[in-house]
Amino acid sequence: MVASLAKRFGDLDLAEESAAEAFATAVERWPADGVPPNPGAWLTTTANRKAIDRIRREHKRVDKHREALMLTDHDPPAPVGVIDDDRLRLIFTCCHPALAMEARVALTLRLVGGLTVPQIAEGFLVQERTMAQRITRAKGKIAAAGIPYRVPSARDLPDRITGVLAVLFLVFNEGYLATGPDTDPVRADLTAEAIRLTRLIRELLPGDGEVTGLLALMLLTEARRPARVSATGELVPLAEQDRRLWDAALIEEGHRLVRERLDSGAAPGRYQLLAAINAVHTDAWDARDTDWSQVVALYDQLQRVDASPIVALNRAIAVGEVEGPDAALTAVDRLRDPLDGYHAFHATRAELLRRLGRREEARTGYERAIELAGNTAERAHLTRRRDGLGSSGRE
Amino acid sequence: MQYLVSVIDHRTNSGTPEEAIAIDAFNDRLRAGGHWVFAAGLADPSTATVIDGRGDEPVFTDGPFIESKEHMAGLWIIEAPDLDVALSLMADGSKACNRRLEVRPLLGPED
Repeated sequence: MVASLAKRFGDLDLAEESAAEAFATAVERWPADGVPPNPGAWLTTTANRKAIDRIRREHKRVDKHREALMLTDHDPPAPVGVIDDDRLRLIFTCCHPALAMEARVALTLRLVGGLTVPQIAEGFLVQERTMAQRITRAKGKIAAAGIPYRVPSARDLPDRITGVLAVLFLVFNEGYLATGPDTDPVRADLTAEAIRLTRLIRELLPGDGEVTGLLALMLLTEARRPARVSATGELVPLAEQDRRLWDAALIEEGHRLVRERLDSGAAPGRYQLLAAINAVHTDAWDARDTDWSQVVALYDQLQRVDASPIVALNRAIAVGEVEGPDAALTAVDRLRDPLDGYHAFHATRAELLRRLGRREEARTGYERAIELAGNTAERAHLTRRRDGLGSSGRE
Repeated sequence: MQYLVSVIDHRTNSGTPEEAIAIDAFNDRLRAGGHWVFAAGLADPSTATVIDGRGDEPVFTDGPFIESKEHMAGLWIIEAPDLDVALSLMADGSKACNRRLEVRPLLGPED
């Protein structure tokens, strides 16, 4: 509803406030007057009237002609398809590349996801006022700079979808590996919201492989959440998770989506490959059954579309499972330059050194990783690993 | 809407003949598409003079009003229906002049 109002009046604040007023009126009246036969249309009509009232109130001296135009625009309530289009436009506007990434995330959660400002502020550990200002500033830029409510042209669409998916992936990851000293290690509200929005985009763009890929990736990651943090608040690594706790329904859906992409025969992008890797992991109900050579092959493919050192690090871990820790350590050590400030680099290295029996070097690695890790459960896990080194005997 | 497009540079008079040809071709495209309003290159920031006419006597001061490593070396004013059109046009403009650009909306009559 906010989307279609925004399109009609070209003003996000107005759209949001009128929609809120319409809901408030409904809450007031429906219990007494009964629910109208078509509640959706009732709300839309009411919100439209509220918007026009607002325009009247706020622009008393506005040109009568302009107002008259607005009033005689008797659009029938929009059919579902058009509302979907409006929503899609709104998503592309919220994720516009001319906005800062943090503003895109905030706007998307606020306007597309319908989260409140306090909820978003809590999700990202910033003050409510800061978050409100961030949103106001972004809306101001949309209006003043002429950022359009439009699905991008075919030429720009792939890039812009990538931008939308990046926003959703960021929301998901912040929920999945929450940072901050005193927060829950996993914030399920954020992961759930990211999945809900990705589902919505998949409904709107069912043919886009990367949208499907990202949804599959999120589902297969979310499926492991119940096994991911121990009762004592420690992160449990994939190999040690109690796989019976995994959510079988989510895994089943994720696998179906991955198969759908494989059957399409189209060259997979980054999210589809990450989803495929997660499908291999979740295919093994015992960690020992993991098809690691398949994982390495998928990382090889991923490196061709995403040459980031983080992909190389994850590939090295898989190599360690196939060829042993020596080969993996050689590959990991080559990544020191770009990844020296990244906790997972030191944690991976420490893990390999531990397996090779190089305890003192492993200890240094764990300590560096603990220093750099932002997630409480991850830190607890690394600390236990480090302390485990000590008790198993220093010569 | 109209947008001011600033050309960002850290040198002056640094344009090459190849860049000039590319910019001319790009400007022809702007005109053909109805986007052209104005364009010009600017002389070195050290040639600028600041004026303060708010007092009884105007005060003139030598030099640019902001000292910075990067400065505005030229500008376009273009007409575009929205930011997407402006960004997509000026991505080609950036390629033509081989510099980074800043796109900023002008206030319209109703602002």
